[in-house]
Amino acid sequence: MKRRDFLKYTAPATVLPTFINGFAVKAFGSSSSLLAALEASATDNDHVLVMIQLAGGNDGLNMVVPLDIYGKYQAARPNIAIAEGKVLPLVNNIKTGLHPALKGIQELYDDGKVCIVQSVGYPSPDYSHFRATDIWLTGSDQNQVLTTGWAGRYLSTEYPDFPDNYPNDKDTDPLAIQIGSIVSPAFNGTNANMGIAITSATDFYNLIDGVQDPVPNTHAGLELEYIRTIARQTNKFADSIKAAASKVTSQSPYPDNGLAEQLKIVARLIAGGLKTRLYMVSLGYFDTHASQTQGGDNTTGYHAELLGRLSTSIKAFMDDLTNLKVSRRVAGMTFSEFGRRTKSNGSMGTDHGAAAPMILFGDYVLQGVLGASPTIPDATSVNDNMPMQYDFRSVYASLLEQWFCVDNTTLQTILLKDYQRLPIISGIACGTITAIDDVNNGSTHLITNYPNPFVDTTTLKYKSKGGHTMIQIFDTMGRLIGVPVNKVLAVGEYTTSFDARQLATGTYYARLQNGPYQQVRTMLKVK
Amino acid sequence: MDRRQFLTLSPESRQTVKATTTGARTDSGTNAYTGAFDTAQVVHLLKRTMFGATPADIAWAKGLGMDAAVEALITTTSTIATSPLNTYGDDVTGIAPGATWVNSTPPPVATDDLDLDKMRRPTYQAWWVSIMLSQGRSIQEKMMLFWANHFSIETDKVLDARLVYRYNNMLRANALGNFKTLVKEVTLAPAMLIYLNGNLNGKEAADENYGRELQELFTVGKGPDSHYTEDDVRAAARVLTGFRVDPVTMTSYFETTQHDITNKEFSDFYLNKKVSGKTGPDGATELDDLLAIIFSSNEVAKHIVRKIYRFFVYYLIDDAVEANVITPLAAIFVANNYDITPVLRALFKSEHFYDPLNMACLIKSPVDFTIGMCREFGVQFPSAYMDAYTAWDTMRDTMKNMLQDIGQPPLVAGWDAYYQEPQYHELWINTDTLPKRNMLSDMLISNGGFANLKIDVLTFADKLSDPSNPVTLVNDSLDLMYRIEVSDATRAFLKNTLLLSGQNPDSDYYWTDAWNTYKANPGDAASRQIVESRLQSLYKYLMDLSEYQLA
Repeated sequence: MKRRDFLKYTAPATVLPTFINGFAVKAFGSSSSLLAALEASATDNDHVLVMIQLAGGNDGLNMVVPLDIYGKYQAARPNIAIAEGKVLPLVNNIKTGLHPALKGIQELYDDGKVCIVQSVGYPSPDYSHFRATDIWLTGSDQNQVLTTGWAGRYLSTEYPDFPDNYPNDKDTDPLAIQIGSIVSPAFNGTNANMGIAITSATDFYNLIDGVQDPVPNTHAGLELEYIRTIARQTNKFADSIKAAASKVTSQSPYPDNGLAEQLKIVARLIAGGLKTRLYMVSLGYFDTHASQTQGGDNTTGYHAELLGRLSTSIKAFMDDLTNLKVSRRVAGMTFSEFGRRTKSNGSMGTDHGAAAPMILFGDYVLQGVLGASPTIPDATSVNDNMPMQYDFRSVYASLLEQWFCVDNTTLQTILLKDYQRLPIISGIACGTITAIDDVNNGSTHLITNYPNPFVDTTTLKYKSKGGHTMIQIFDTMGRLIGVPVNKVLAVGEYTTSFDARQLATGTYYARLQNGPYQQVRTMLKVK
Repeated sequence: MDRRQFLTLSPESRQTVKATTTGARTDSGTNAYTGAFDTAQVVHLLKRTMFGATPADIAWAKGLGMDAAVEALITTTSTIATSPLNTYGDDVTGIAPGATWVNSTPPPVATDDLDLDKMRRPTYQAWWVSIMLSQGRSIQEKMMLFWANHFSIETDKVLDARLVYRYNNMLRANALGNFKTLVKEVTLAPAMLIYLNGNLNGKEAADENYGRELQELFTVGKGPDSHYTEDDVRAAARVLTGFRVDPVTMTSYFETTQHDITNKEFSDFYLNKKVSGKTGPDGATELDDLLAIIFSSNEVAKHIVRKIYRFFVYYLIDDAVEANVITPLAAIFVANNYDITPVLRALFKSEHFYDPLNMACLIKSPVDFTIGMCREFGVQFPSAYMDAYTAWDTMRDTMKNMLQDIGQPPLVAGWDAYYQEPQYHELWINTDTLPKRNMLSDMLISNGGFANLKIDVLTFADKLSDPSNPVTLVNDSLDLMYRIEVSDATRAFLKNTLLLSGQNPDSDYYWTDAWNTYKANPGDAASRQIVESRLQSLYKYLMDLSEYQLA
């Protein structure tokens, strides 16, 4: 795969299907770009990633319930906690269970097709929907503003000349598809948005315009209809999408909800042979400040309904893909702009929080729960947030590396840094089968501190298995206080001192990261 | 035949098909409009008479009221202080870089190594773009485009940009003046004499080119009641013999020895009138006699009024429009000795103009689309002349790719979208040009912009009544950008999906907070991007929809 010094270009913040209409303009591309595009042949695999955005901030703690610390969980949110007996167990895992609405996810997990990554976040999290969403979609740091999306940067490395001369004889299909009316900023590439938005697999009218009003019976209506007719004929990807959709004449049953409808279209296009690599679908209204559970039965209510839609939709999608014999081409992931607060509020809801679990699914996804149950204090305060165990960009990096077979150099170009990689996808997927470490077993007894509690300073004692080793200190709001260790070490035990004299009393988290391993240590500063 | 079916027919059958009217029609005429002059009417008036309507333009017109606003628009004229500059470097006539070439000595005849005029032509076109971009609150520049299309010349056929520049200024100076005067000026303009071979027209063998277009295109036209004859073409050509161009003074003169001094007789269409041949310098005055004959026909007024109607209102002229609008306006034109403003006054103050049926139905020309977009969004152009010319030229090239190359119409009839039955303005929009329109707006609104030009959505939104309220923001934006009514469902979609990013529809305060946070600290990149990226997606979406192509 060819890398390009694409950062020198100013990136356009196109959010809409720019390139639907873009490629026809010869004046804007050099004459050689077609050749260049053909030479820069993209990595040869047919893997598809389906991203499910849970808009509004999903309450991860009620989605993935920490059975091993159930008492602390229950104490932190007595009015909305899921009863211990109602939590769905996972095979070979006594620490973790699922919300009772996630029956389909449980089945997929037990089938060996689901990986749950605990406490995914980023240092110094933002609590604004808009900003946090932008961070997740662009893959930026908290204090960094990026105008390209992480998935768009990936596609830019694969198709550096896009949108000039696309589609062409070789690349006939859209590179990324958003099911919905506007294209996700995640697909913002360096030259253009790499995605198109479709609301339906067959009615291409709506592929361009999404929401449309009928035309009035006036001169203006006549002209509007004329322009819309031309616009319909203009979408160069129409033929390939329609052709793919028409190849699939029967699909498995789906539940009746918006997410299921979106995933049904995705399954149809994948099975129809569309070479599109990235799909984005979404499910909204996770902003459950109030009434997230119903009084009397915490397994029902608003959140339960949303998770039920999520679970039944994913299960139906996977079943459909399996019947259509394309499930091996597909990996999926859920994400949300943030999780919610550890402690529930008085209105049967939860407020904006920080780290939360992600669910990854697919035939090649490695079964397991990565990371420990989130840290919950014995007595939670309103400011308590779950400390991050994994950076969300580590998940992106792992998917790019293990699912899209991106090499390490390119990976750093896409994600702008070298992020920790986690074992999420089987090595078979990229033909690089290696021994897989037991990340969780390897992630214990790595870091401790003494004295604890402490007054001014404490000593961090940690082990490195060799290679890059980093310790980050977070406060309960997830703010990054410091990075006392960030270097390449030989195998061995080390100590470092943590000076907290300038800091307020309270809980701090020391997160050790070493290769695929991580552990979070809770430290308490007292007077 | 259904009009849609027509679109799929072969080109052969296309020529003969006449547009049929649709179900909706209007019988409104030229009675003075006395209804409301609210945002819908104001924006309608401004978008039709200017290139786009800015929030400030709208406030200005609302403050004046309909009568005063129309008066101001049709009577305000300005002279142009700038002229095209040497941006190309070496100039064998001695014009320094950065200086204007419009008064240079004649450019030498082009050779393989030297084609000075070819280098000047783009700067003339770019200069014209700049004039349109900086237009005042007046119909002047749109009338200028109207006349430039009506009296088309192709810059690369005249082969002397100095003369084309003078022609441009002449049209502008007469744009709101007297049409008869304008026709005479056009006839004698050096650029037109060269373009339609008037300068080669002599007594030995008259060149009929200009004599034909003068009647077919410029005056009586080819309406259903216009029956001038081939003999009339020849007679007119003979009247026009002897006019020549002096390239040094850049003026025309009358060469008596080349003039046909015989009598010229016209057909019964012109009531068998006659131009008596004159000798010596008096021969030049035969032109006045010819124009008197031509202008005695009512077809002149009807032809021009129809063309004005198609340019400013809608291309379809059915029996009702002909009777209720064209005929009375033509009468006004004649009664006022072919002064142009009385016609415009009557049209833009008429019930017919403000009839809802005549709103939103005009497909924007490429110039209207491009210049209007730049003006409405306040796109900033560079001030250094080289950068400015590059930007203006890029816009010129963009409009060219959309089929309207300013200063370079396809032929003497002008752009076919202004005259070609039955599609007219629809010809601007096809599967090649529509993507280019979308591409331009997409790129201008992207963070990187296009050719150092960029739509600043934050500045634009700040001019609206309450940008912190997402409902108001969407409504205000639609009022300015769309002429066609948008349903509540679409408005809700725009607000919820684009401004609230799919958050709960009842959480408008998320947008309000985001906007207020940005306003409190505009320098903060993250809070700025939150509102900027969402506004970009909103305006990009609006400009990509078909509705945006209508004025």
